Amino acid sequence: MGEELKVIVFGLADEEYGIEVDKVQTIERMMPITRVPKTPSFIKGVVNLRGVVVPVLDLRGRFNLESTETTENSRIIIVAVNELEVGFIVDAANDVIDIDTDSIDAPPEVVGGIKAKYLRGVAKLGNNRLLIMLNLAEVLNKDEIIQLEQLEA
Amino acid sequence: MDMNAYLSMFIDESNDHLQALNENLLKLEGSPSDLDIVQVIFRSAHTLKGMSASMGFEDLASLTHEMENVLDLVRNGKLAMDSFIFDTLFKGLDALETMVQDVTAGGSGQADVSAIVAALKSIVAGEYITEAPAAGASQQQAEGEAGLKLDEFQTSVLKQSISSGHHVFHIQVTLREDCVLKAARAYMVFDILERNGEVVKSDPSVQDLEQAEFDQKFTVFYISQLEAETLKTHIEEVSEIEGAQVTLLDEESLAMLSRPTTVEAASEPKAAQAQQAAAVEAPERPSAPVTAGGAAGNVTRTIRVDIERLDMLMNLFSEMLIDRVRLEQLASEIKRNDLTETVEHMARVSADLQSIVLKLRMVPVESVFNRFPRMVRDVAKSLNKKIDLIISGADTELDRTVIDEIGDPLVHLLRNSVDHGIESLEGRAEAGKPETGTVRLQAFHSGNHVFIEIEDDGRGIDRDKVLGIAIRNGVVEQSKAQTLSDEEVYMLLFEPGFSTADKISDISGRGVGLDVVRSKIMSLGGHVSVTSELGRGTKFSIQLPLTLSIIWAMLIKLGSEKYAIPLTSIVETAIVKREQVRHIHGNRMIEFRNAIIPILSLSRILESPDFDEEKEDETEIVVIRKGDKWAAIMVDEFIGQSEIVLKPLGDYLSGTPAISGATILGDGQVALIIDPNALIK
Repeated sequence: MGEELKVIVFGLADEEYGIEVDKVQTIERMMPITRVPKTPSFIKGVVNLRGVVVPVLDLRGRFNLESTETTENSRIIIVAVNELEVGFIVDAANDVIDIDTDSIDAPPEVVGGIKAKYLRGVAKLGNNRLLIMLNLAEVLNKDEIIQLEQLEA
Repeated sequence: MDMNAYLSMFIDESNDHLQALNENLLKLEGSPSDLDIVQVIFRSAHTLKGMSASMGFEDLASLTHEMENVLDLVRNGKLAMDSFIFDTLFKGLDALETMVQDVTAGGSGQADVSAIVAALKSIVAGEYITEAPAAGASQQQAEGEAGLKLDEFQTSVLKQSISSGHHVFHIQVTLREDCVLKAARAYMVFDILERNGEVVKSDPSVQDLEQAEFDQKFTVFYISQLEAETLKTHIEEVSEIEGAQVTLLDEESLAMLSRPTTVEAASEPKAAQAQQAAAVEAPERPSAPVTAGGAAGNVTRTIRVDIERLDMLMNLFSEMLIDRVRLEQLASEIKRNDLTETVEHMARVSADLQSIVLKLRMVPVESVFNRFPRMVRDVAKSLNKKIDLIISGADTELDRTVIDEIGDPLVHLLRNSVDHGIESLEGRAEAGKPETGTVRLQAFHSGNHVFIEIEDDGRGIDRDKVLGIAIRNGVVEQSKAQTLSDEEVYMLLFEPGFSTADKISDISGRGVGLDVVRSKIMSLGGHVSVTSELGRGTKFSIQLPLTLSIIWAMLIKLGSEKYAIPLTSIVETAIVKREQVRHIHGNRMIEFRNAIIPILSLSRILESPDFDEEKEDETEIVVIRKGDKWAAIMVDEFIGQSEIVLKPLGDYLSGTPAISGATILGDGQVALIIDPNALIK
């Protein structure tokens, strides 16, 4: 048995993903977002999170998935990693579960169109459910954003 | 006792005392004969010693003790200050500062100060000057003999004791120089004495002895059955006692001591000495209440507050400010008189509150400036230059955050002025300037900014020399060099990897620094500029924002989006017609107040999704400035002026072009703040 890990489960393009609960600050309903010019298209802008200005990313955009209109179920998950506070727009956030770290396997090359380096691994749950664990530090890696900007320019 | 509880207090107070010592020593250097200053210095040193001893920082205590010994001689007129003593005292201060810093960093405050201690001891012992101690010794003797007088009652007690067969002694106990626990030693001596007899009088008083308020010696009149020799051995058994001088008194010698002064005048030299001694003693006592009273008079009562609490207060207040703006909006929509009145009143109260909250964070630049006189003195001395540092406007207030950051850049610029600006003594003589160079450091308010200027009357900046080095170091291209204005050439000094010093000194001139100075000031939202006249001097001017958290801004609309433009960079607003925009050399310009200025499309720059000024016949413009340069930016609509709370965009979005931050509007939405400086090239 490995350690137990509490994860927040959220949905994105028909897949289920997980983020360690201690990295998540809050989960918010959609709120007005102020666009920030001259940023990569997946950066939706900034929101007022109880007096603090927090940038919000569209996770679909970040992973080059097809973007959709937000729905009733859409949520903003505010995470804090390495002193960066950032919100993710996800299709739905529905559950908190305990998983065993032993059940996390190394990710295959590409999962659901997302490059392996953004993933920490894939956790097998019961009932044939697979939970894709995100590597937040890599998702929020700014170096790559700079490269993206250069490509777009 | 848990010392940690007192540690932060100790550190704070030690720093205060060290600062006071530094300042007063400098003052004293200006007027070495002013004994009042010596008194103040002595008192600071003394308190510092007591504090460090009680906190268990022995090295600190013993070094202060040595310094105190020197100061004691000085204040009693037994030693005249000279440059050796000043240097040694300053060195001692530096060592103390290092030790306190060590304590601050969690260390034990230990340091090897034997060299300084030795120097201090040699001063006290008079080994480096011969005349002072001679005078000192004779006076000391006088003090010993006539230092205390007995009143009638005490004399009669002593006389009775002698007639009833008791021994009456005059005992002078001298503690060892390195004695740390003076009060304790004195107590132990008294303990021995009181077990075997009765102390009639002591000088200094018992209270003073308990507080360690005495120098190395104290004297007592004592009645006992014991013999002088036994008494002496008993006393000398106490550790850290240098020696005890026990004199048996008979009625005659007792009468000598108690006789009124008129009689004493008969033996002339003795009386003169006594008066001298009294004169030396006299200023010691009364000066205590005087200095204390003076301090209470001009120092406002303060408390120390954790800066984090202030930040919290500031954050809470900015939350409230947002609600206030929202309330104002609601009130203007609802249009009910009493609501509007209440909201207006609240607005006024919160405006007052805001200015107080902002003032809380304001600190006089003095707290940064006051370490400079010493620094300039040291640097000048090590370079063998004579420099007067003239400080003005030290009471100018700046945001605490700015104060914390501005120290290092200022140190650098000052060192630069002293090292590169002011010429050597020969250089100044050749140029026909007075031997003593002048460096002016002044701070003043202007609008929403604070200016700090550092001006020297040195050699000025040599344009050709700067250009030569800049070209050699690849900072600027040869072809471009000649087209640069003087200002632009001076600014090359701030380019990375630039140094004009012919030789590298440890003061400045390592080629790192001025560029760091500039980036630091820029990060504080300020600017630095240089003006110079060859052979006449150089002036560095730093412009800093008054506060970093709340600013006045103009809110504008761009389609569905709202933006804020800081009022400080707005010249004015206007409306221009389409046909007024001219195309000059491919750039769009307009004529504005007899000048042709570029006109920029904000919607293009910010990639506005739903606004394009091309569709309008008339466009609102905001004229902004950066230094002398002006530009007009086209906007959709003006919303109005408002006080906004600056919020950072967060690390993730830092470095976004043309946006300097964000603010939260009354409706809870985020509006971005435009950085006008980024719009003007």
